[in-house]
Amino acid sequence: MMNKIIPVFFFAVLLSASCNKGKDTKQDVRFVSPANFPAPKYNFNSNPVTTAGFELGRKLFYETQLSRDNSTSCGSCHISFSAFTHHGHSVSHGIDNKLGTRNAPPVMNMAWSDEFMWDGGINQLDMLPIAPIENPVEMDLEFAIAVQKIKNNAAYPPLFKSAFGSSEITGPKLLQALSQFMNMLISANSKYDKWKRGENGITLSTDELEGLQLFQQKCSSCHSTDLFTDNKFHNNGIKNSFSTDSGRAHITQLPQDVGKFKTPSVRNLKYTPPYMHDGSFSTLAQVLEHYNSGIKNSATLDTLLNQNGVLGIPLSVQEQQKIIAFLNTLNDEGFIKDQRFAEQ
Amino acid sequence: MKKFNLLLSTIALCALFTIASCNKEKLKGKGPITLHFDNRAGSADFAFLTNYTNAAGEELQFTTFKYYVSNFVLVKADGSEYVLPQETTYHLLNEANSSSLEFTLTDIPAGEYTKLKFIVGVDSLRSTMDVASRTGDLDPAGAGADMYWSWNSGYIFYKIEGTSPASTEMGNMFMYHVGGYGGYSTPSTNNIRTIQLTAPSTITAGEGHAPEVHIYADVLEAFKTPTAYSIASGAMVHMPASASVIADNYADMFKIDHVHNE
Repeated sequence: MMNKIIPVFFFAVLLSASCNKGKDTKQDVRFVSPANFPAPKYNFNSNPVTTAGFELGRKLFYETQLSRDNSTSCGSCHISFSAFTHHGHSVSHGIDNKLGTRNAPPVMNMAWSDEFMWDGGINQLDMLPIAPIENPVEMDLEFAIAVQKIKNNAAYPPLFKSAFGSSEITGPKLLQALSQFMNMLISANSKYDKWKRGENGITLSTDELEGLQLFQQKCSSCHSTDLFTDNKFHNNGIKNSFSTDSGRAHITQLPQDVGKFKTPSVRNLKYTPPYMHDGSFSTLAQVLEHYNSGIKNSATLDTLLNQNGVLGIPLSVQEQQKIIAFLNTLNDEGFIKDQRFAEQ
Repeated sequence: MKKFNLLLSTIALCALFTIASCNKEKLKGKGPITLHFDNRAGSADFAFLTNYTNAAGEELQFTTFKYYVSNFVLVKADGSEYVLPQETTYHLLNEANSSSLEFTLTDIPAGEYTKLKFIVGVDSLRSTMDVASRTGDLDPAGAGADMYWSWNSGYIFYKIEGTSPASTEMGNMFMYHVGGYGGYSTPSTNNIRTIQLTAPSTITAGEGHAPEVHIYADVLEAFKTPTAYSIASGAMVHMPASASVIADNYADMFKIDHVHNE
């Protein structure tokens, strides 16, 4: 008799535990900087993360009313299970199925950056959402009108009241709420992170460790720190000519910045193909072979990719495989499956 | 008769002296200074959809005329300066909204001011601050709605739009959008221009005083010097580098026409 009851009892506990996981959304939300990350750049003094602010920001992130025809939200092209990118799209399509010009970057670890987009044109996380909302191929709505639409939506005043103490809806508050949500999109619980912080006795395999060593030798000049980006701009030899998209030079209008794009993090690559600013590679093998043999020369090519007249970074097939083994330790499944970040 | 004149002059002089010294003594505390921006087109008052001719000899009409002024500083004859608290100084002047063209600088320490300094645009510090500090005319969802570049974070300092037969663009349109605060991490074009105006008569501020300063802004001057800007040579300017020539031109479009001391 007991033998039968015990398994049933355990099963029930297991069930209720897994149910609870789905309901964790009501836990208090607060920003905590992971131990292996540098100091965040966002000014939390003027906009601290609160549970109510985060929840309002999440609702706004998935709010299609922020687009001209109520079809497209931030979450349309920054999908949680693709680590907040547009999986499978070399460039994103937004409103009216119009195509953009660049690969949608992940919305991840935003608090550690102060220059956003591939060209770094945006200097403040708070100001970032205005760009996709107003972009004619993304959400195509004047920001002032977007704010007006939210004002006219009866669901929002109480949410603004709990988040900011007043039901008055303003552009700055709407942006602060979105920042609170985006600031919580922290990916720092991959196998690598746990190994790095010495958690749960996690170990890396020989291949993964050798891959890490190779990565540190050959890749970490740009993919630096545990954010795996220097947050700077480089021409990594994707093209010979950048006449259709000059990258960083579009912002600075300086000839030395032509063809430079912001270093993306190499976290969560499993969920974020295709790769590069134009989405031109669909596999990591293609990416690594590009650095080995595919670098295209131009006046602004990064000097690290042109040493003594030799283009690229020599990488044997074996080395490439080991680096890929290491990169796979940076996939953070907990991040993409975190129910707090999904549309409610 | 001569004696009488002398007496009268002496009395008059004494009286003047007394009034002058009285005024000096009275100048105390703090008071407002109201600035009234009067947009002009050459010698005429500015009007939309009216034919003008620029220095390059091209006919043109305007449909939009807006610009930011900020960072006001008042200067006394001895060169000493009063710098207004920065967060109070941002004003978007919009010809289409007459109430935006007049505003009051408050709590100005008593004094006789001879010069006024300000910038056309928004300084680099404010251009990179978090959104909590973008209130009033800087609110990108409010007054500053179409004066903000979302793709290249920063305010449009000066915006004029209209039509001209000299424009080869669709509908003979011209659009001059000037911005560029100097770049965030990479030094790039800085189109912030500091304006220094000398008042034709002193501006008397202090308790019990409410001077009004009338500033002329001549849009045609912004086409004239140092470069006689031709619409035919470029009717669309939306990027900072190519806008510098226009910023240089509008830097001398302002003057204080007159001061009312009350």
